[in-house]
Amino acid sequence: MISKRIIPCLDVRDGRVVKGINFQGLNDVSSPVELASYYSENGADELVFYDITASAEGRALFTDILREVASTIFIPLTVGGGINSLADFDRVLKSGADKVSVNSGAIRNPNLVEEAAKRYGSQCVVLSADVKRVDGKFTVFAKGGRENTGMDAIEWIRTSVERGAGEVVVNSIDTDGVKKGFDIEMLQAVCDVVNVPVIASGGAGEVEDFIQLFHSVPGVDAGLAASIFHFGEVKIPDLKRELAKNNICMRLSL
Amino acid sequence: MIAILDYGVGNLFSLRSSLACIGAEAVVTPDEKVLRQADKLLLPGVGAFGDAAEKLRQSGLDQVLREEVEKGKPLLGICLGMQLLFDRSLEFGVHQGLGLLRGEVRPIGEVIPKELKIPQIGWNNLHFTREHPLFRYVKEGDSVYFVHSYYAADCAESLVAETEYGAPLTAAVALDNVMGCQFHPEKSGKVGLGILQAFAEGVAK
Repeated sequence: MISKRIIPCLDVRDGRVVKGINFQGLNDVSSPVELASYYSENGADELVFYDITASAEGRALFTDILREVASTIFIPLTVGGGINSLADFDRVLKSGADKVSVNSGAIRNPNLVEEAAKRYGSQCVVLSADVKRVDGKFTVFAKGGRENTGMDAIEWIRTSVERGAGEVVVNSIDTDGVKKGFDIEMLQAVCDVVNVPVIASGGAGEVEDFIQLFHSVPGVDAGLAASIFHFGEVKIPDLKRELAKNNICMRLSL
Repeated sequence: MIAILDYGVGNLFSLRSSLACIGAEAVVTPDEKVLRQADKLLLPGVGAFGDAAEKLRQSGLDQVLREEVEKGKPLLGICLGMQLLFDRSLEFGVHQGLGLLRGEVRPIGEVIPKELKIPQIGWNNLHFTREHPLFRYVKEGDSVYFVHSYYAADCAESLVAETEYGAPLTAAVALDNVMGCQFHPEKSGKVGLGILQAFAEGVAK
């Protein structure tokens, strides 16, 4: 049986992991390479690196770091942040990314998904959507959730998959940071219209939230989270054991 | 030395680094001379079967592969590289493969239930139908990482492992010195590295 995936997400600025990370036994808690291998050794099924660098120097640094991570960690790596052109796809794929996640870049240029899928294959192209309810309607937000595009989110995701996105990350702005569980209603609405893997993001606070996610929305393939993993509030091996106990298929051997 | 065949298909970064990680000497090359000198050959590939098969033919590397395999040189195909080992594929029309293994490549949609997603993307378990030294470091049920929409069918002669995705799908094949993995060992953590390690050390029976 195919397993549901557990994916930690790491934000990187100027080559360093940001957001307070609280681990014992790591020499350098903001080294992407050390954290990536920590997670890889501790059951992460995949890693997402999100580059929040603003400067060109920082971007070059990120690419160097990515190359180093991809030379030491042999699980799938997804890279997002600042992906606006085919040249950006090229840069991160050549540095060892397996998949590239596009968000605002695809909103600015909807052809980007199609062009990237044609050149690199749909399996490389991940659409990441920040979604928030506006007057009761699921609406797409750009620029890290700061800008309301006014677009219907379900329609945006559906057409992006038609254009060639091979996976979708749905980040609910409504549940993000609240730690009261994933946005079941939003995720179900997305799963109803696409037939590619859906990755749930935003809202994970405890193990129970993941159990509820996979039980309530069987169409969801993976759960993504950042702070609860980084702060050690939920340890991935414990999480996966609990999920397996609840009849959710997990990869337990490494 | 392992020669990774570079015929303009796919991203070889991970494959090269995973071999470096296990200490195997490897080169990425399109050069016939290097391929003929290598001890072992690795055929990677992502994308469409027809394009890849055509690229192999145009470069004449298909013939080089056949001749080297004929001499007994170990060849491991990965993902699309595994599919290319077979007689033919039905991906967007009928395309001839290398014909090193009997069987044909067919859409998984023909055999899996409708509600399952295509491609199969993610970690799934290996179920062995036969023992083979390529998998001497792998245990029954170990998980490996798949990304595929097609599978090898009618390949009982070479079948070594299956994976269950609503139906049993070919996960690994091997016949004498010709081997293939539908999944990505270079993305399958320690289990995957163990497979590459076994290949690098030698899989003579």
